[in-house]
Amino acid sequence: MEHEKDHIIPYRTFLYVLAGLIVLTLISVTVTKIHLGTLTVFIALLIAAVKSTFVLRIFMHLKFENRMFTIMVIAVILLIGVVIFITLLDYLYR
Amino acid sequence: MEEHRDDVGARMGMWIFIFTELLLFGGLFLVYAIFRNQYSDNFHTAAHELNAFVGALNTVILLISSATVAMAITAVQKGNKSLALILVGITLSMALLFLINKYFEWGHHIKENIYPGSPVLASRGQGDVLFYGLYYFMTGLHALHIIIGLVFIGFIARLIIKDRIVSDNYVLLENSGLYWHLVDLIWIFLFPLFYLIT
Repeated sequence: MEHEKDHIIPYRTFLYVLAGLIVLTLISVTVTKIHLGTLTVFIALLIAAVKSTFVLRIFMHLKFENRMFTIMVIAVILLIGVVIFITLLDYLYR
Repeated sequence: MEEHRDDVGARMGMWIFIFTELLLFGGLFLVYAIFRNQYSDNFHTAAHELNAFVGALNTVILLISSATVAMAITAVQKGNKSLALILVGITLSMALLFLINKYFEWGHHIKENIYPGSPVLASRGQGDVLFYGLYYFMTGLHALHIIIGLVFIGFIARLIIKDRIVSDNYVLLENSGLYWHLVDLIWIFLFPLFYLIT
C-alpha cells in the first residue's frame, strides 16, 4: 500500500469545484435577501455544509484517501454535533 | 539508500491536528449559537453594519487560494516545478489580499469606535458587545491562522525552489494544503453566520 502510485487529480477537477463553490457562495448571499425568517439560517448552514463537503472530499483529497480518514472525519463532525446538540438541549429546556 | 518515509502517517498526523482545530472553533460556534439565541435582535441589527460584499469577496478570495494550492499538488506530481510555484504564489497573494481586506474592515469599525472595551459599544448594550466580541475574536483567530498559513506555505515555496519537494516526495506540500483548506473551511461557516444575518 505504501508504494501504491498516488492518485493524480486533473487541474480541471479543481477548477470545476472552484466554480461550483463560488456559485454556492453567490446563492448563499442572494438567499439571505429573500425574507424567509428562521429558515434563512438553516439554508445558509445547509449551503455551508454542501461547500464543506466539496472542500473535504476534493480539495482535501478525502475521496481518494484511505477510507479510514473519512471515517475519522465523520466521527469528529458527529462528536462536535453531539456536543452542540446536548448543550443546546440543556440551555433551551432547562 | 532507501529513505524511510510514511506519507499516509504524516497526513494522518496533520488530520489529527486539524481535528483539534475543528473542536476549538466548534466550541466558539457553540458560544455564538447560545448568545445569538439570547440576543437575536441585537445580533441582527449589529450584523447589518458588517459589509456583506467585502465578506463575500473574501470568501471568493479564500476559495481561489484553496483551489490553487490543491492544483499545486497536481503540478508537483507531474514534475511541473514552475507551474507549482506560480500556483503557490497565487495562494500566497490571495492570502495577503484577504488580510488587507480584513485590515480595512476592522479599521472601519475601529474608526467608528466599535471595538472590544469601547465605551461607545458598551452603551449599545450587552447583545452588541457580545456580537462584536465574538466577531473580533473569531475573525481574529481565523486571521491568525491565515498569517500562520502564509508562513507555512511560504516555507513550502522555498522547498519547491530548492527541489526539496519533488514529484516523489511532496507530503509537506499536501499537509500545508490540508492546513490551508481548514482555514477555508472555517471561513465557509464564519461568513454566513456573521455577515448574512437578516
